[in-house]
Amino acid sequence: MALEPIELNGGQALIKSLEMEGVEVIFGYPGGAILPVYDPIIDSRIRHVLVRHEQGAGHAAEGYAHATGRPGVCMVTSGPAATNIVTPLADAYLDSVPMVCITGQVGMAAIGTDAFQEVDTTGITRSVTKHNMLVTRAEDIPKAVKEAFHIATTGRPGPVLIDVPKNVVDAQNPDAYFQWYYPDEVNLPGYKPDLTPSDESVRRAVDLILAAERPVLYVGGGVLKARGAEVLRQLAETGNLPVVTTLMARGAFPDSHELCLGMPGMHGNYTAVTAIQQADLLIAMGARFDDRVTGKVGAFAPGAQVVHVDIDPAEHGKVRQPDVSVVGDCRLAMELMLVEIERRGGRTAFADHTRWRQQLSGWQERYPLVYEQSAPGELLKPQFVIEQLRDACPANTIVASGVGQHQMFTSQYWRFDHPYTWINSGGLGTMGFSIPAAIGAKVGMPDRLVWAVDGDGCFQMTGQELVTASVEKVPIKVALLNNAHLGMVRQWQEMFYDERYSEVHLSHDMPDYVKWAEAMGCVAFRVEEPEEVEPTIAKANEVNDRPVVVEFRCVPGEKVFPMVPAGGSNDDIMVDPSQRERA
Amino acid sequence: MSDIALEPVVGPISQRTIVVLVENKAGLLARVADLFARRGYNIVSLAVAPTHDETFSRITIVVDVASSPLDQIVKQLFKLIHVVEIAVLNPGESVERELLLATVAAPKTLRGQIAELVDIFEGKIVAVSSDALTVALDGNPAKIDDFEALLGDYEIIELQRSGRIALPKIGREVPRLRAV
Repeated sequence: MALEPIELNGGQALIKSLEMEGVEVIFGYPGGAILPVYDPIIDSRIRHVLVRHEQGAGHAAEGYAHATGRPGVCMVTSGPAATNIVTPLADAYLDSVPMVCITGQVGMAAIGTDAFQEVDTTGITRSVTKHNMLVTRAEDIPKAVKEAFHIATTGRPGPVLIDVPKNVVDAQNPDAYFQWYYPDEVNLPGYKPDLTPSDESVRRAVDLILAAERPVLYVGGGVLKARGAEVLRQLAETGNLPVVTTLMARGAFPDSHELCLGMPGMHGNYTAVTAIQQADLLIAMGARFDDRVTGKVGAFAPGAQVVHVDIDPAEHGKVRQPDVSVVGDCRLAMELMLVEIERRGGRTAFADHTRWRQQLSGWQERYPLVYEQSAPGELLKPQFVIEQLRDACPANTIVASGVGQHQMFTSQYWRFDHPYTWINSGGLGTMGFSIPAAIGAKVGMPDRLVWAVDGDGCFQMTGQELVTASVEKVPIKVALLNNAHLGMVRQWQEMFYDERYSEVHLSHDMPDYVKWAEAMGCVAFRVEEPEEVEPTIAKANEVNDRPVVVEFRCVPGEKVFPMVPAGGSNDDIMVDPSQRERA
Repeated sequence: MSDIALEPVVGPISQRTIVVLVENKAGLLARVADLFARRGYNIVSLAVAPTHDETFSRITIVVDVASSPLDQIVKQLFKLIHVVEIAVLNPGESVERELLLATVAAPKTLRGQIAELVDIFEGKIVAVSSDALTVALDGNPAKIDDFEALLGDYEIIELQRSGRIALPKIGREVPRLRAV
C-alpha cells in the first residue's frame, strides 16, 4: 500500500525515526537547543523519563541496555548537558554497551562562534564513542538515526552520538521540512562487521581445547553481548571445562554450577585467579585481558596457550598474543566449536581433566571466600548484608552496583545464576552508576525485582535520581552500604600508604540518608544490628509502589580480600588474613 | 626520468607507510589524528587528499613501527566507521614521493654551486631574489633526505617537506586489508 507522502520537520522526523527503531523509552533532560525535539515527544508513544541530571540519563540508558539487550536511548541539550553525558558515554564505550545518545547543538550559523551553551560535542566525545555524527540537514536525520542504531548494536556494541543543531529540527525554519522517508538499510562501505569466524580458526582452537590438560574458560562480557550464555554452558559441560566469569560476565555462567570457579582478577577468588595462573590453556571468550584481570601482564597465566575469541579484531594481540585467534561473535564461535568437537568424537575427544578438577576443588575447599561476622556492638559487615540480601531475593533479581568495595563484595557474595542480572560499571569504574542504572533496568524490566547496591560515596553522587524513580514510579530498591568512608580508597591507604588516611572519611550520619531518601519520596529504613538485616530486607521487598532505600550502617575498616596488588603478579594474591597461616 | 624498477629501498627500515582509504566525511582527519594521539602512536608524516572518486579520500601515514605496534594501528584504524580499506606498503614494494621546498641564502658567490646541486638532483629553482633562491625537489624520501643534507652546507632560510604519498608498484600484490 502506497502511503501518502508526508512532510515533517527535523524534530518530528527525529522522534519518528526513533519510533521506527522500536524505541520504547528515552531517558532525557530538555534544554534550549533540543527544545524543538521535545515538542513532538508530547505526541509520541515513546515514554520519556525525566532524569534529574544528564549523567543519570546516560547511566539509565546503559542500565536499560544491560538488562534488556536493546539499545538504550538518551537525549539531552547542548553545552553543559552534552559535557554531563560524557561520563556515561565513556562508561558505555569501555563496557561495550549499545546506546544511542542525542544531543542538541546550537544552530549551524552559530557553530564555531562560542555561542551560548555551545561546545564541540562531536569533538569532545570522539574518543569515548564508537561513532558520532553531526547532522547538518533535516533530511539526513532518518539516515543518521538508522546508522546510529545499526552501529550501536552490531559488531562490538557501543555508544553512538548524534549531535543535532537547533535549526535542523526547528519547526519555525522552512528549511527544516522534508518529505519523510525511512531508509531500509544503511550504506556504510567501511563498516561491515564480520560475525562468523573462519573454519580454520575454529579447527585450530578445537585442536588446543581438546588437547589441554588444564584448561580454563575465561569468560568476559562479550558472551553476554552475544547472547551466548546457553551455548557457553553446553561447551563447558561437553568438555568439563572450568569457567571463570569476569566482572563484566557475572551471570554468563551459573555461579552454582560445579564447573564455575567464580570471578578472576584483582579481587577475584583464589581458585579462579590461581586456576588461570596454573592453566595450560586459556580460552578467552569475549574477554579483553583487562589489567584488573591480568595484574602484571608478563606474569599472567605464564604456562598457558591462549585461544582468543572476540568480535573485535583489535582486541586480539592488544595485551596478550593469542596462539589461536578466533575473530567473530562468541555465540557463533562456540556453536561452531561444538559442531567441530562433535565431529571429532564429542565428550570423549577431550583430554582427561580429572587431576585438574581435583586440584581446583582442593583450592576451593581451602580458600573459600571468608569474612568474620561482626563482634557484639560492632556495626554490620558488608559481606553479611550482601549474603542476607542474596538469600532474600529471587534468583532472577537484577542487581546494579556502584563502584568500590561494595561492588566487589556484591560480585563476590551474590550468587549469579542467570545472565543479565548483574549491571555494573566495569571498565570506567564510574561512582554513582548504580541508582540511575537500576532505574533504567527497572524501566526495561518492570516485572523484575531490581536492587541497587550502593556505597555512601556513590550515593552522594547520583542519589538525586531517586526523585526520578519516585516521580516516574520506578520502584527500585537501594541497599546503601554506609561505612562512612570511601572504602576502597581507604583500603589502599591502609595497605599501601602506611595507614595515612587522606580525604577518605565521609560520615555515617551526614547526610541523614533516611531523611534524604524520604524527602525524595522513598520508603527508607536504617539497619545497625545483624538481626535486623533480614526482616528489614523482607519489608523492603514488600514495597512495590515506591522506591526503597535501606541504609545499612557498616563497619568502616573492612577490606576486600582476596587482593592482587595493582601491577603485581596474580601469583602474589593475598587471601583473607585468617587463611594466610595455612598458605 | 626515474624508472620504477630502479627505485631503491628507501627510508629507515622501521618505517612503514599506511595508506588508508576513507569516506570523505567532515572531521575524518581529526578522527584519525585523535586515534593516533590517544593510543600513543607516533605519526612520522601525513598526507591527505581526495582520490579520483571524490567521495573517498586517501590518507597516507608514515609510522615508526619500532615505537608503535603496526598490527594494532591497522586494527584500531579499521574501527573508525568511515575507514574503508587499508594497505600497508613496504618501502621496497611501493613508489613513494615527497616534495621539498627550501629557500636558501644565495649570495652571488654561492649561487652557481647551489644551482648545480639542484641540477644534479633534477630539482627546480622556483624563485630567485638578489640574495636567495627557492628550490623545489620531488622524489623518493631517501633522495630528498640526501638533498636536504647537502643543502645543509648552505644557509637555509626556510625549509618545508610534504607528507609522503605512496602507491604500490605495478604488479605487486599488496595485502588490501578490509574492515572486519
